[in-house]
Amino acid sequence: MLQDKRCPNSIGVWGWLGGGRWGLERYLYTLHRLTGLGILLYFILHILVTSSRVFSEKAWETWMGVFSSPVFKIGEFLVYVAFAYHAINGIRLILIELGFSVGKAEEPIYPYKSSLNVQRPLMIVSIIVAAVLIAAGGYDFFALAH
Amino acid sequence: MRETKLWTWHIFTGIVILVLLGIHMITMHLDGILGWFNPAGGEAIDWANIVARAKLLIIAILYIVLLAAALYHGLYGFRTILFELGPRQGIQKFINVLFWILGICLFVFGTWAALKFYIIAHAG
Repeated sequence: MLQDKRCPNSIGVWGWLGGGRWGLERYLYTLHRLTGLGILLYFILHILVTSSRVFSEKAWETWMGVFSSPVFKIGEFLVYVAFAYHAINGIRLILIELGFSVGKAEEPIYPYKSSLNVQRPLMIVSIIVAAVLIAAGGYDFFALAH
Repeated sequence: MRETKLWTWHIFTGIVILVLLGIHMITMHLDGILGWFNPAGGEAIDWANIVARAKLLIIAILYIVLLAAALYHGLYGFRTILFELGPRQGIQKFINVLFWILGICLFVFGTWAALKFYIIAHAG
């Protein structure tokens, strides 16, 4: 198996911190994992808390009252940011996984074409779309403040 | 082969989540801009709005599908991260069993809550 002995997988989560020659996409990968873990933690709590509506209207209102405080409001927005990023970056990863931005095999004639010619713009577009979604959500969360 | 199947399910559930959680997020967090599925007006989490939404069977069904997809996607993703840290085979088996139990328990609880509230919304 081809393996870089200087950077074995066993360095674990610390391996997430260095992008190395993989560049910006490597940091997006780290961010994808961090946002995924954050969303999973929130999701498990979300199942438990939102199920309170089954018990009574009062139980529901009590929990929603707790989460209407500014600290939770900011926390909720961070979950939204994580979702927006994870979703859009996820689309990018699925497109690459399914081979949409890999390109066809062809004769290597100079100047060489690289799959990065497609994947880098795709990454930039993904970041812009995620930023727009985050901005719209931020406007709804804070500016409308309903 | 088994891991390939699990990975394919991870991608498939990701697409399902994208659609269903997209609708959920638009409903809950762009309510001030769009106001979808909030017939009582005000905030999406107001009691009158959640009761109105719960009266629609399709909402309960979509919640259950989203619950299953999100639990699989999230727990499989977490499992992948843990397995990349190189745990011994015994620990890998323990993680598998633990995540299956956790996933099934949360799925049963969440499904019960969705269906029960559908019944409550219709009774009220």
